[in-house]
Amino acid sequence: MSVEQEQGERTIRCLVAKVGLDGHDRGAHVIARALRDAGFEVIYSGLHRSPDEVVQAAVQEDVDVVGISILSGAHNTLVPKILDGLQEYDAFDDRLILVGGIVPDDDKAELRDRGVDEIFGPGASMEEMISYIREHAPER
Amino acid sequence: MTDLVDDLLAGKHSALARVITKIENRAPGYREIVSELHQHTGDADVVGVTGSPGAGKSTLVDKVAAEYRDRGLTVGVIAIDPSSPYSGGAVLGDRIRMASNAGDMDVFFRSMSARGSLGGLSTATTDAVTALDAFGKDVIIVETVGAGQNEVDIVRTADTVAVLVPPGSGDDVQMLKAGILEIGDVFVVNKADLDGADRTVQQLREMLQGRSGAGKAGHHGAVATAEQGEAATEGTDDTDETWDPPIVETVANRSEGVEAFISVLEDHSEFLDRTGARERQARDRFAAEIRTLLREDANELVAGELARHGGIESAVDDVMARETDPYTVVDEVLAPLRECLDAENAP
Repeated sequence: MSVEQEQGERTIRCLVAKVGLDGHDRGAHVIARALRDAGFEVIYSGLHRSPDEVVQAAVQEDVDVVGISILSGAHNTLVPKILDGLQEYDAFDDRLILVGGIVPDDDKAELRDRGVDEIFGPGASMEEMISYIREHAPER
Repeated sequence: MTDLVDDLLAGKHSALARVITKIENRAPGYREIVSELHQHTGDADVVGVTGSPGAGKSTLVDKVAAEYRDRGLTVGVIAIDPSSPYSGGAVLGDRIRMASNAGDMDVFFRSMSARGSLGGLSTATTDAVTALDAFGKDVIIVETVGAGQNEVDIVRTADTVAVLVPPGSGDDVQMLKAGILEIGDVFVVNKADLDGADRTVQQLREMLQGRSGAGKAGHHGAVATAEQGEAATEGTDDTDETWDPPIVETVANRSEGVEAFISVLEDHSEFLDRTGARERQARDRFAAEIRTLLREDANELVAGELARHGGIESAVDDVMARETDPYTVVDEVLAPLRECLDAENAP
């Protein structure tokens, strides 16, 4: 820990997770790098993770932000499983849950109801996401 | 705060994770937490795994953890990755390799970034090991890139140190330079199916022979740096038995050699118990830890005093103007401390 951040300011930790049968991780890579350059610590899950694995990573790494990237359209099945798992391990309330990918408007409302904090679709900018995280990262 | 400790001791995963976060951030109250946890530690076997980038550390750790799980043991892993000195950010990717233990909560895997700190990281690692130990993990693996003093300090947290050497890393001098021969209790030539593996094993063997002739005190990584020297010498070799570091060949991604590696770790663990070396190592570690903490805290006290005296810049101004000199400045800053201590020690 450097002297400057010794008091007060803490490093925000983010999980960037790819779930399910979706092999497209270009976007996740770009996001992981952008978050790193913004000064965050990024844990990248790798491809084809099951919801259980994402929960395991989110709990053990004690991340502030759980970023779930899904381009397969299976968000309605996979995301709730992750949310339930986080609740099971008492790791839901103090965590920011973000979903990135192509999510139809009807589904967005439902995901939000289930506890997703924000959804970033195509065209969302890095700056938008980074400042959203800075603003909403949970107080601990 | 104590709730967190209770939750951790009760086996709650999120509490363990939060404690490690507090340790990493040196958040208010982390010292009390670590203090409370200390009495619950001492049961875990701590293994350090180090080696150059790409040597296959994460993959080997994954397979080793899976093998321990098959034997019914619980495992904690701390994987340390470098962070950018510019943004302070980091991408911690060791987790990607943990495929064999996916979804198994009894393997607690935690990534830590180096956060560009000197010394602080080894303190944080030690404390994180304390947390995992108190949580009740049977085996704790600390994984770090082996380059430089900082990493060597981290690996010293371990009872047993495994050094991974990829085949074809050839050049003898390179390895000697890194000081890596001295810290290894076990050497692993990973990717042993690649060309050049035999030659690397051969070279390692020759170098290790040189080592055992050279220094007797070096059974565990020449624990004697200048500071720890006294503690180390008083405890050296009341038995004649010394440990000759074995060389194990593995192909981690195919799980080959993993069992052999674990049995060498067990042999070393028995050796430590049989010869009393484990206790000596623990004593050395605690001595070093106490010294480090003393130095850090004393530094902080002194920095506070300096600030009250107008800060370093104004002191430098005065010294530059030849109104005072560095020795006088230090005397002045430390005067209140000295008075306090004198008053304390007066009969």
